[in-house]
Amino acid sequence: MPLDATSGLLLEFKNVNTYYGDLHVLKDVSYEIRHGEIVSLLGGNACGKSTTMKTVMGVVRPKTGTVTFDGTPIENMPTSERVKRGIAPVLEARRLFPRMTVFENLEMGAFMRKKGPEFHEDLERVYELFPRVKERRNQLAGTLSGGEQQMVAMGRALMARPRLICMDEPSMGLSPLYVEQVFDIIQTINKQGTSIFMVEQNASMALSIAHRAYVLQTGVVVLSGTAAELREDKNIREAYLGELQVEGAKAEAQ
Amino acid sequence: MSGLSLFVQQSINGLTLGAMYALLALGFTMVYGIMELINFAHFSVFMVGTFVALYTFEAFGIFGQSTILHGLPLIGVLLAAFIVTMVVCGGIGMSIERFFLRRLRAVKGPASMITTIGISYILSNSVLLFIGGQGFNFPNPIPPVRFHFGQAVMQVEQPLIWVVSAVLMLGLTYFVQATKLGKAMRATAQDPEAARMMGVDVDRVILTSFFLGSALAGAAAVIFGLYYEYTNFYIGFDAGLRAFTAAVLGGIGNVPGAMLGGLLIGIIETMTSQFISTNWAEVVIFSILVIVLVFRPAGLLGRVAPNKS
Repeated sequence: MPLDATSGLLLEFKNVNTYYGDLHVLKDVSYEIRHGEIVSLLGGNACGKSTTMKTVMGVVRPKTGTVTFDGTPIENMPTSERVKRGIAPVLEARRLFPRMTVFENLEMGAFMRKKGPEFHEDLERVYELFPRVKERRNQLAGTLSGGEQQMVAMGRALMARPRLICMDEPSMGLSPLYVEQVFDIIQTINKQGTSIFMVEQNASMALSIAHRAYVLQTGVVVLSGTAAELREDKNIREAYLGELQVEGAKAEAQ
Repeated sequence: MSGLSLFVQQSINGLTLGAMYALLALGFTMVYGIMELINFAHFSVFMVGTFVALYTFEAFGIFGQSTILHGLPLIGVLLAAFIVTMVVCGGIGMSIERFFLRRLRAVKGPASMITTIGISYILSNSVLLFIGGQGFNFPNPIPPVRFHFGQAVMQVEQPLIWVVSAVLMLGLTYFVQATKLGKAMRATAQDPEAARMMGVDVDRVILTSFFLGSALAGAAAVIFGLYYEYTNFYIGFDAGLRAFTAAVLGGIGNVPGAMLGGLLIGIIETMTSQFISTNWAEVVIFSILVIVLVFRPAGLLGRVAPNKS
């Protein structure tokens, strides 16, 4: 999807510093996500990807720096207010409510909204995107397979009628078949008008659908650019796309 | 009395006692389900409830058992006693959460639990100091009607207690299953962080669970008073410990489990007292608890092992 270069900013991190106690997790981090984009955040373990997601949702508050959503500073807003303004999460490892039905999980996704005709429209849309979810709607979420749970987690996010979905590792623990399906659906959701900010370990998959990406290393943004640029970047190819060379790996380890 | 009559008699008594324990057990289980906290202050909230009910009756000019009411005035006074006691107890429970436990929520370890024990003693000793340590005659305006089943006798209070308990428990079940706040409560119990990210105000959910649990303890307090026609500053510990046992027996954190556990403990208590000896009631209750927990550590209706997944 060609993006209008003048597309406005939807989410912006400006010089964000986040701490857990004394541990400095995000170091002066800046991101921009424009309307209609899929932006991917790449990086190894414990580099601050999940903290980024928690900072967007307001579960973790930055010590300094600003987070702006659609022109409004949100860094001091409670999570519920952010959800109301149109940010919805797809959490790492799905995190469904295991002893509630699939339908009740979807209802929780729409928690900040009134249950009017719009709710049923969105429900139909989710059922259309995920026929499996419709079949399973009266089953307890905890009894579903990992792939099915990921569908419910995405459906739950859509029920908030969000403008931005933050996804934390949507491919984690899924079979290759499901991974492909999940990424297809992410693209579909995006084409229907929802921007996506996605943390992902599976860099080749992420770069195949993202418009742009950031690479995070121990809390610092070390690289950013369009997905096409990053796919061609030597360091990225070595570190994240499986073209590991011995020297590259050594350099990476240091 | 024949063996059968005794059995019928003790079933009637056990169901009554059990209904009261069940109401009290729900408060433990709701708070535990959401916060994994055993709220020992619940014991004394219940005890304070008996005094709130006592003074409510006295405010209507009902002292001891000499004032008997009929018809609408009776229904009105009973309704007032239940509502006032439930609201006051609910308010006490909410205050305990809001002013003490909320500040401790981020603290790991037993600080919160110890705080609830402390509050429990502060409440019971405040009653001892300001109201007195003697036993109090609890007013009861219900006419002394008796129903006979063979040789077994049912007082009119007993079916009344069953109906009130059933209505409250059905109401709670409806609230938790079908209302928006109830669903938020279940979601918070299963994954607080995910619930928060759906926009749930977790503080409000916790406050609500304290209100509801404590209000049910208030209802149990009115029932205790009407049934035993007695209260003192110490009754919270005996009844509370049995109710807590009921919650664990049924599966702590599990709402239907607390109801089942309460009824079982009530029936076990009356049957043991009748057919073995009153002195053995506690031994039998706690032996059954231990045996059940050895074979089903999560309780009768609880989910085994990782309670949170």
